[in-house]
Amino acid sequence: MELHNVKAYYRQLVGSTHRVVRAVDGVGMTISEGEIIGIVGESGCGKSTLANVIMMNIRPPLTLVDGIVKLYSEGREAVDLQRLSREELRRRIWGKEVAIIPQAALNALMPTLKIRKIILDVMKSHDPDVDEDYAINTAVRRFRELGLPEYTVNMYPFELSGGMRQRVVISIANLLNPRLLIADEPTSALDVVTQKMVLKILMDIYSKNIIRSIVFISHDIATVRQIASRIVIMYAGKIVEEGSTEDVITHPLHPYTDGLMNSVLTPEDEVKRRGVRFIPGQPPDPSNPPPGCRFHPRCPYAMDRCRREEPRMVQIDGNRLVACWLYTSK
Amino acid sequence: MLKAENLVKIYETGFVRKRRITAVDNVSFDVKEGEVASLVGESGSGKTTTAKIVLRLLPPTSGSVSFKGRDVWKELKTREQLVDYWRKVHAVFQDPYASYNPFYTIDRVLKQALRLVGVDRNSEMERKLIEEALNYVGLSPEDVLGKYPHQLSGGQRQRIMIARCWLLKPNLIIADEPVSMIDASMRGAIIKLFMNLRDDYRTSIVFITHDLGLAYYVSDKIMVMFKGRIVDIGAPDEVVKHPQHEYTRKLLESVPTLYRKWRWV
Ligand SMILES: Nc1ncnc2c1ncn2[C@@H]1O[C@H](COP(=O)(O)OP(=O)(O)OP(=O)(O)O)[C@@H](O)[C@H]1O
Ligand SMILES: Nc1ncnc2c1ncn2[C@@H]1O[C@H](COP(=O)(O)OP(=O)(O)O)[C@@H](O)[C@H]1O
Ligand code: SF4
Ligand SMILES: [Mg+2]
Ligand SMILES: [Mg+2]
Repeated sequence: MELHNVKAYYRQLVGSTHRVVRAVDGVGMTISEGEIIGIVGESGCGKSTLANVIMMNIRPPLTLVDGIVKLYSEGREAVDLQRLSREELRRRIWGKEVAIIPQAALNALMPTLKIRKIILDVMKSHDPDVDEDYAINTAVRRFRELGLPEYTVNMYPFELSGGMRQRVVISIANLLNPRLLIADEPTSALDVVTQKMVLKILMDIYSKNIIRSIVFISHDIATVRQIASRIVIMYAGKIVEEGSTEDVITHPLHPYTDGLMNSVLTPEDEVKRRGVRFIPGQPPDPSNPPPGCRFHPRCPYAMDRCRREEPRMVQIDGNRLVACWLYTSK
Repeated sequence: MLKAENLVKIYETGFVRKRRITAVDNVSFDVKEGEVASLVGESGSGKTTTAKIVLRLLPPTSGSVSFKGRDVWKELKTREQLVDYWRKVHAVFQDPYASYNPFYTIDRVLKQALRLVGVDRNSEMERKLIEEALNYVGLSPEDVLGKYPHQLSGGQRQRIMIARCWLLKPNLIIADEPVSMIDASMRGAIIKLFMNLRDDYRTSIVFITHDLGLAYYVSDKIMVMFKGRIVDIGAPDEVVKHPQHEYTRKLLESVPTLYRKWRWV
């Protein structure tokens, strides 16, 4: 999948003035087959909006202002998702090519519906004429692959333990073997023991080839590094750094990435030595971002140029990308 | 300062088939002046239930809580005694949003705190203290005063809750997952504010979290809770470097590490 210069804004009417929230503002990235990409950034930087753009699930007040989202498939012509109608997306793309586990979904299943009914609803949303037995059998097979007993389909969500519930949600999102799964902060609301279990389940469906690629979204770089092969760092609607997980962790380039790493509190000697730190200040108001580099009000290295001109993405060491004046010669 | 002895809480649920859940099972601990004691455990281990009993919000099935030598459940009776207790033993919750009334500006929570300590409405003193409190937590008054809770970030809302603590100067703060809904990038800032209160005013803190990594950096003492019981207790280095209980090890292994990648089997 390829994203080119994607801009997705929320347009709101506040009183009589239009407020435009530039949630995703010129993002380009490539998601390759077989890859697990981690997207890291603070709350409000546009991660969920980007997830919706990748799905092309765009509804007012969100509008796609600019950009291309291309989906490639083997032996077929590439599809420009932004040209498809919602109806076409639902029929051809969602669930089959690209699926999402929305933020906070792991704890949210309709409590009054049997799992069986939830499965049928999901399957019918893709194909209204789907055979019910076929649908349930598909689910049962998927459940078994993830270690859920067959009778789970006849239970209510509240009868399941936390771990079973998360397995059910992940199974249902992946019923149709999508090639790409987007997991939007799947672990952020969970305790660490459950977080690890969810990461394991995701690794499980990935290594069983039920899905081919994952976009894993989180504000916690320590969580992302456990699962992602490549990390994308987002700040105020833009990508500021991208690279292989090992490169980014061992040698972060962008001052914001450095700040994120420095604020993580894990029980490790490296962290103990540097002590409790944090990034000062707040992310900017996305309807009125600062000029120049959007990180400059919080950046310890900010120079004059940073306040005036926006840094462009540059390539470093072959396969690393960073948008920061520290890395631009001249 | 605070002593909890043999706390037990059994919830009874269900109308037809009664189910009994032992949420807290014979829990004892104490917190000294100026001490930060963490209560660490996974979801459902009984942390919040313990906190509610200590805060005199939920009666224990058995056991006792004493604060400065007085039995909190037996000896505090009048409305005044209770209000006084909640001023001295103050709670900060996980979701700072829930602590606000969405229809009022955030000024209100600060003004209400000042009423509790006897500062007059609309006085010069009120204005001055609010300003000082906000400065203490690293907020500038003109950025936040007059705003509604939804107009602020989670971090700002939690800072204002700490500003409220600064105004009340409680002896003990019970902080239930105060940073779990806050971005990793801001957690350190909030944690430092709690530490400042402890250093500047010898405030004791019960810090509740599921993250043993976090507890490692804030605590003088870590208490690991599992299925309603305290299974491990000790100084952070002892608990993290030499965990006594199987469960502590599991909890530790679940904390994602930055510099080491887990091996997926
Ligand atoms: N009002 C209630 N009625 C019945 N059972 C309850 C009630 N509140 C809590 N419980 C049960 O008591 C146990 C302990 O819950 P508690 O809220 O104290 O856990 P916790 O450690 O704070 O968890 P978390 O990390 O999810 O906040 C759980 O099994 C929970 O389901
Ligand atoms: N429905 C909406 N209407 C207006 N603004 C929105 C809406 N949803 C999100 N936003 C704004 O867009 C920005 C990016 O939001 P989001 O993509 O949810 O960020 P993240 O997932 O990184 O926390 C934020 O400033 C947020 O307030
Ligand atoms: S461009 Fe300037 S302000 Fe932005 S991150 Fe780089 S040094 Fe800091
Ligand atoms: Mg989000
Ligand atoms: Mg709790």
